[in-house]
Amino acid sequence: MNTNSNSYTIIYAAVMVVIVAFLLAFVNSSLRDTQTKNIELDTKKQILASLGIRGIADAEAEYNKVVKAHMLVQADGSLQTYDDTKGFVTNFERDYKENQNNHLFVCEVDGTTKYVIPVYGVGLWGSIWGYVALNDDKTTIYGTYFAHASETPGLGAEIAGEKFQSAFKNKKVLKGDSIAIGVEKRVQPEDVPYQVDGISGSTITSKGVDAMLKQSMSGYNQFLISQQ
Amino acid sequence: MEHFFSLLVRSIFVDNMIFAFFLGMCSYLAVSKNVKTAMGLGIAVIFVLVVTLPVNYLLQTKVLGADGILGMDLSFLSFILFIAVIAGIVQLVEMAVERFSPSLYASLGIFLPLIAVNCAIMGGSLFMQQRINLAPSDPKYIGSVMDAISYALGSGIGWLLAIVGLAAIREKMAYSDVPKPLRGLGITFIVVGLMAIAFMCFSGLNI
Amino acid sequence: MGQLFSAKNKDVLASPIGINNPVTVQVLGICSALAVTAKLEPAVVMGLSVTIITAFSNVVISLIRKTIPNRIRIIVQLVVVAALVTIVSELLKAFAYDVSVQLSVYIGLIITNCILMGRLEAFAMSNGPWESCLDGIGNGLGYAKILVLVAFFRELLGSGSLFGFNILNYDALKEMGYMNNGLMLMPPMALIIVACLIWYQRAKHKELQED
Repeated sequence: MNTNSNSYTIIYAAVMVVIVAFLLAFVNSSLRDTQTKNIELDTKKQILASLGIRGIADAEAEYNKVVKAHMLVQADGSLQTYDDTKGFVTNFERDYKENQNNHLFVCEVDGTTKYVIPVYGVGLWGSIWGYVALNDDKTTIYGTYFAHASETPGLGAEIAGEKFQSAFKNKKVLKGDSIAIGVEKRVQPEDVPYQVDGISGSTITSKGVDAMLKQSMSGYNQFLISQQ
Repeated sequence: MEHFFSLLVRSIFVDNMIFAFFLGMCSYLAVSKNVKTAMGLGIAVIFVLVVTLPVNYLLQTKVLGADGILGMDLSFLSFILFIAVIAGIVQLVEMAVERFSPSLYASLGIFLPLIAVNCAIMGGSLFMQQRINLAPSDPKYIGSVMDAISYALGSGIGWLLAIVGLAAIREKMAYSDVPKPLRGLGITFIVVGLMAIAFMCFSGLNI
Repeated sequence: MGQLFSAKNKDVLASPIGINNPVTVQVLGICSALAVTAKLEPAVVMGLSVTIITAFSNVVISLIRKTIPNRIRIIVQLVVVAALVTIVSELLKAFAYDVSVQLSVYIGLIITNCILMGRLEAFAMSNGPWESCLDGIGNGLGYAKILVLVAFFRELLGSGSLFGFNILNYDALKEMGYMNNGLMLMPPMALIIVACLIWYQRAKHKELQED
């Protein structure tokens, strides 16, 4: 057979494209459910991490046990149950930009209520995000979890370390009626209840965390000051 | 417009294809023996990046994405389509250059087939695909064709800068006494490493 | 079996792992790889993925080598490689999600890995499937070897751990003045470690030296 003729080349290319497309479509559709589950599970693990529950085998079961309700915070501070038939949200920033949704996870740890708020912002190299867990007084921090896309290892990347995250424990989010929680280079004595020391050598990442906390939590202000 | 320049400068200095991501290393090491050919390859890379990236951007957002014209998420086909677009465009560019500017073809032509498998080109498209999904507040976000062009231009210029710089150093290095086992490839790696350390000083650049 | 592992076939498998290493001698495929060597785990996964993809693509191309129209040869090779890479990336996303996040775009960049195209053109287009398979595995492992070596030094000296397990982070060591070298985790050090590996290999094998 002449493998160099025009018609052979065209037919060969067409057959190859069809075979490859079907093969890939098959692989994709048979694996898609597992992939979405993985992404959801990753988000759930991060929510649990902010509550201090880390490194457990069955995160899915633990999540269902701990998280009692998935709510949306309205502009006036009231809560509305999130309609989870639309699927579990894994990108809270996009959901806020597109639907103005402020997500809130109402959880129960050791018999007391905790509130977990997703936060998101920008560090030195790229996105940073995290979750802040509050005690039931809605202002004292119970725990935090931060992650980053590509901060400098050993410097900015330390925000993902437990040392930085546990420094937030027992800090207060609110000062009067406004959000005061943040990160500062040198914390002034009067700010100690609200501020955490920045990481030396990574000013921009620390500032990013500060802006992320203030900005993301501002949408929850009405909810946080209500029924104190 | 501000974002356009920010992306451009960042991709030249901060997110440099060679020094931060090692992309396009094979041809980078092979063709950096003298400045003139290095310049030719660098210009060809800029050219192909600026042409392919906007095309792949439109492909990704208008056809493959979940809200594209086909109405379903086909991003699993992106690898194949990106490489096909790149190979096709390189071929077209080669034919067009040969037809309309034989002198340019004589200086650029030999590099064009090399470029289809240059990681920097494919890497540009893959990073672009990743950056579309970033938050719009992120300095790396690509949200329009203009952004894609700016990113392509910046990455290309960064690559050109890196290869011309290395070629210049290698030309001078011919006169230095390098230990025998390090000659050629070994010392080139070390030089690239040192250049990359120098480029790290741009990392705090806040633009 | 004796025939399957003849002396020639053994050489096809072993030479790229040792003396004819694709990375340090043939200078192929450095592009997509060095950025994933800051930790051992992604380096191992990347090395294995490349080995699997080189072996399979070599076999596929070798099987259909007589039917491929010469004019679209490169495109056919690219499509086969791209399809295999897509499958591997989908599998990783489904069964090793954490690693796939760390590898991010670099898994897609296997497509333009020069080792793949180089082996397809130089070996699979003119040899039978079994030899091609061995050649693919050999070259993939040769590549993986360099990745793992580089990642070993970078993770040990940079983070003081291996595969995420603590090795050097003890207070006693810190009091003696030992510190993790953060620079090791930065991209430039990957290049310098590869240079040291090349230095070592060429000092041992004088015939590889350039003038």
